[in-house]
Amino acid sequence: MTEAEARAALVRLVRDEGRRVLATLARVLGDLPLAEDAVQDAAVRALESWPRDGVPVEPRAWLTLTARRRAIDILRREAARAGKEAESVIEPDDPPPPETVRDDLLRLVFTCCHPALAVETQVALALRTLCGLSVAEVGAALLVPEATMAKRLTRARQKITKAAIPYTVPADHELPDRLRGVLAVVYLLFTTGYAPTGAPRPDLVDEAVRLTRLLRELMPGEPSVLGLLALELLQDSRRAARHRADGTPVLLADQDRGRWRRDLVEEGVLLVGEGLRRTPDVPDPYVVQAAIAACHALAPTWADTDWAAVVSWYDVLLTVADTPVARLNRAVAVGELSGYPLWHASRAELLARLNRVDEADTAYRAALAIPQDDAQLTHLRRRRARLRDRTRTG
Amino acid sequence: MPQYAAIIYSKDVDWTLPEYTTDMKEYNEFGQAAAAVIRGGAALYQTSTATTVRVQGGKGGDVIATDGPYAETKEALTGFYLLECADLDEAIRVAAQIPAAWDGAVEVRPVIDFGG
Repeated sequence: MTEAEARAALVRLVRDEGRRVLATLARVLGDLPLAEDAVQDAAVRALESWPRDGVPVEPRAWLTLTARRRAIDILRREAARAGKEAESVIEPDDPPPPETVRDDLLRLVFTCCHPALAVETQVALALRTLCGLSVAEVGAALLVPEATMAKRLTRARQKITKAAIPYTVPADHELPDRLRGVLAVVYLLFTTGYAPTGAPRPDLVDEAVRLTRLLRELMPGEPSVLGLLALELLQDSRRAARHRADGTPVLLADQDRGRWRRDLVEEGVLLVGEGLRRTPDVPDPYVVQAAIAACHALAPTWADTDWAAVVSWYDVLLTVADTPVARLNRAVAVGELSGYPLWHASRAELLARLNRVDEADTAYRAALAIPQDDAQLTHLRRRRARLRDRTRTG
Repeated sequence: MPQYAAIIYSKDVDWTLPEYTTDMKEYNEFGQAAAAVIRGGAALYQTSTATTVRVQGGKGGDVIATDGPYAETKEALTGFYLLECADLDEAIRVAAQIPAAWDGAVEVRPVIDFGG
């Protein structure tokens, strides 16, 4: 292991364990922001002392103890300032059993993704609190100046405390709705990093996938979690093939499928299967989208894609999530089944208007590939060139 | 337990008129159903009865009283409840039962506890 790799592994360990310590301490203290300050402090100390003194045998116990001490310090200082006795709220206890840690982590997830917080705040909190990134790292990840991000997070912490956003797992009847909200935040994190248009940010994709894996650990039988994880893995399996060396994107149709990560494809396909088994009656939108991604992942070439299967999956998707994008993508698949120049051309126009330049370009190319009269070809070439000009200037 | 103001934004009408008897009945029903958490509240006359007061030049300056509410909005501030709830989730559940939430909006704001 190189020094950088060792450092990265250490950071990962501190973040993973720190999250568990935070989840429990927040419950014990009844104060998430205070717990966060204390755990952040313990994490900084760990990153200072562990490389020097060695990683303790029980990293979590070390972090727990250090964070508790720090929390007591903060409470005492605040009490002294207010001229009051510090309440002895933190009784040292045995390490909590795994079920308690699991419930604490779920509480943390549902608090950070509470619908009373703005979605962009939920995304920032997910990175800060659930992934354990520093404020500066969260700012960098979401392309927001550090000072702005610090303000946004401070406001969020104030709202959690002042408005008493509860540190609880929602009741059964509320759970489906709330889980949908959590998954939307995690998937937004993923797509922000996956960046179909701008420059991809693999660090964000990695954090989103890690977070989804955590959700799966916490809610192993939840079909939409299985679906989301499958969808992310199948999309991420194409990472190495999505861009040329100069950074320009490569369309799905043109990607070197030998560079797709087969291990992720295999894991994703298995998860799709499990998700489908668990949703025999009502299809889950994430599972269905993952099934579509699986059709692409398993096709040896674009032309060999099972377009009939893709179309029928889109039909299923439209019954549970009827969105313009789903309709358009279904139309793409229908077009691949047929091969019809005017159809491709009109799709290209629509995509161009939606500013989905790359997809519009593919559609123009598909239209141009079909034999037709010269005037029509000239028109299409002109439209395609205009599209490219617009991207360069825009 | 934290307290919340549930601030009601609704149609700007005189609730005492007979045509709003049904609305008032709904509010009464809410008042009974949520009696355990309601600590206070008031319904207000319509904004055309409001007077907005400012003192020009700061404390001790000229008192300027103008006709009308502080802000003209499509839905007007027409009342509030003071609720005592375990947490925001409970406050949201209660606020959703206030009739104004069905066709207007209810803003839920935590009340400062000055510890007195």
